[in-house]
Amino acid sequence: MRCKHRNVAIIGSGMSKFSSHREEVNQPEMIHEAVVEALDDAHLTIDDIDCVLHGNMELFEMVHQPDMWHVLGSGAWGKSGVRLTTGGTTGATLACAADNLIAAGLHDVVLAIGFEKLQEGHTTGGITNMADPLWGRSLQTGALTGTTAQQLIDRFGGDRARYAAMKLRTIMDENAMRNRKAHRRLRLDRKYIKEAAENSPPLVGELRMIHMCSQSDGACAVIFASEDKVAELGANAAWIVDHETVHREETLILDSGKSTHRVAAERLFARNGITDPVHDIDVFEMYDPSAWWGLDWLGEFMLCEGDEHLKMVENDVIGMDGEIPLNPSGGVQGSNPIGATALVRVAEAAMQVRGTAGEHQVPKPVRRALASGFGGTLWTVLMLLSKEKPALEAKV
Amino acid sequence: MANGVSSRPRVAICAVAQTKFEAAKPNVRIQGMLWEVIDAVRRQTGLDFGKGGIESAVTVSDDVFDARTISDGAVTDVVGAHYGSEEKVAADGAQGVYYATSVIVSGHHDVVLLAGHCKESQAASRNMVTHLAFDPFYTRPIGLDYLAAAALQAQAYLARSGVTENQLAGLVVRARQWARQNPVAQENATMGRDQVLASAMLADPIREAFMYPVSDGAIAMILASEERAHAITDRPVWVTGLGNCHDSFFLGERDLAGNFALERAAARAYAMAGIDDPREAFDVVEIADAYAHQLPQYAEGLGLCAPGQGGKWLAEGGPDRQCVNRSGGMLAGNPLMLGGMARVAEAVVQLRGEAGHRQVSDAKRALAHGATGPAGQLQTVVVLETRE
Repeated sequence: MRCKHRNVAIIGSGMSKFSSHREEVNQPEMIHEAVVEALDDAHLTIDDIDCVLHGNMELFEMVHQPDMWHVLGSGAWGKSGVRLTTGGTTGATLACAADNLIAAGLHDVVLAIGFEKLQEGHTTGGITNMADPLWGRSLQTGALTGTTAQQLIDRFGGDRARYAAMKLRTIMDENAMRNRKAHRRLRLDRKYIKEAAENSPPLVGELRMIHMCSQSDGACAVIFASEDKVAELGANAAWIVDHETVHREETLILDSGKSTHRVAAERLFARNGITDPVHDIDVFEMYDPSAWWGLDWLGEFMLCEGDEHLKMVENDVIGMDGEIPLNPSGGVQGSNPIGATALVRVAEAAMQVRGTAGEHQVPKPVRRALASGFGGTLWTVLMLLSKEKPALEAKV
Repeated sequence: MANGVSSRPRVAICAVAQTKFEAAKPNVRIQGMLWEVIDAVRRQTGLDFGKGGIESAVTVSDDVFDARTISDGAVTDVVGAHYGSEEKVAADGAQGVYYATSVIVSGHHDVVLLAGHCKESQAASRNMVTHLAFDPFYTRPIGLDYLAAAALQAQAYLARSGVTENQLAGLVVRARQWARQNPVAQENATMGRDQVLASAMLADPIREAFMYPVSDGAIAMILASEERAHAITDRPVWVTGLGNCHDSFFLGERDLAGNFALERAAARAYAMAGIDDPREAFDVVEIADAYAHQLPQYAEGLGLCAPGQGGKWLAEGGPDRQCVNRSGGMLAGNPLMLGGMARVAEAVVQLRGEAGHRQVSDAKRALAHGATGPAGQLQTVVVLETRE
């Protein structure tokens, strides 16, 4: 692991209900739902929080510096705070920032809040607006892209690739059915995997509506604490072992280099002695914006060669009872309040380590959990959590 | 502030660079502005990107001012983050200093590039942008924006402190005189008090000359751990105190003439830096004075004078005595998102003895301040020192 001056753990998390239209609450009210649940989970009150981190994407709701208004629901009045935004990775960046701020000794207890209320804006318009106005914007289709689907079909054959993507989608839905917070719970049936795709409207190329993540309203709050504070509170802790951020130049990738997912995984695993990720990691919460990306990225994160990742799906290795359950929460295909989504991955991974995931707790001991964030132009943030408190290594 | 780490590792700012601030830079894109200052800090330090050099980047920008979702996506290449790490602070640049310091003290990285940009000239109306910061139910329908919020703050502050419009005009005259000595400042044409008082009334009592001008520009800094700092520069400037604090959102819930958030931010930073009496502690002070009345008001909040005594402090020559805003401050122009970052940059330039005709002699400790949000809802305080 990386040299670090003191250990940091997640001791509580909370989420609003995710849905397409949370019309009964405004933004700070929705955030308040998540904050209250996180405080209750950690057995703390707002007075115990030193610092509040906040993130989302301003152009989705067109609220400038929304952390200012959201003080009404975040509880940041009188407290320190930082607003960090890195696109879809925002929530994972907030988790990294909480780790940095506590490890640095600047704060003891940090509350990180990610949120989005996508119904209040135009999501695809907002994402399209990410591209360079001169070079890329006229080519943009937001997050809707059929490229990966076509690449998988070209590589593994149409029947096999389409089935694997849709089986992954079905497993995600089975998991979402166990998560009451999830937005889309479709009750997909393994008997009709082929038909469910064929009957879904096409969006771009082989990407169909059933494959794509939702656009959701929702907030997530996670409470991080220093090693001393965890001991003082006797808290049920999920320890942060390490994290890695890998960004990439925005539009034109002129080299055929590795994906940021694979690079981030290689770096994180090498630092932490993980040689066989499928075996060494007990559960993986992946930011999987579509079934096709989920299938492809499973291979990238698990450092698969050839068709290993397709076999993992075909053989239920990623199912709830498999060797490495993928997204017991239902993942991003189940719920996607973008500014919260990557923090939800960290929160869900921590819940699995802390054994607090309830109906979607995986039926095996969880010693190590991995969470990924995805954003921008295929950026990656990875965070590794453990049940056991990491040993701090001396600086090399 | 937490006390969990007894021997907190130290962080130094090893280099700073600022573009010339201008009302508009129509011939250069944000990436070009950034490259000018990033290339400058690379040349100052001899560092390149990657292992053994700049390990990660913290950027400062704003999606709405850039009219671009995920504004940092536009600068990944310029800040050297291709297959590397970049994290964006979406607030005043002093918050970027706050966060970048933690990235190093935590032990995660040793050398961090902090780079911020803002092109306020691209917004058709800055008030339209800051209007969007108000909630759509109660405060947006009555037309609030940051200028209107600052005007309400000014009304409350002038009433309590006794600061006069004539005194505010004097601050504008002073700011522009000092700005003539600052090569990066925007407004360096001198103005007489009469001219200032004849400038257009924007939102009573704020006149055009009392408000910071629209600016384009970029700033970059290199921050490093103690062990790396000495190898990078022989004039490291140490970050010895950091504090920030939020006030409430609704203006009616706040004491607009007071300094609830700033007093707490300052107390946190001073406790970390071991400062008991801020009146005597600093050789150089840089206050984020986006509006003229904020200079005495925030001087109160920073403890440079007693609460409510800002008028007396001005009358007795406090700003000159305590070397406040020799850069010209925000009234002389710097991009809005970089207000606090420019204050830190000026403090570093002063502490390194590189401030030319505006140099404070023998400057060893500096105070830099930044503010975000309506009427300074989020306040940030940074203490910088040269001592080993």
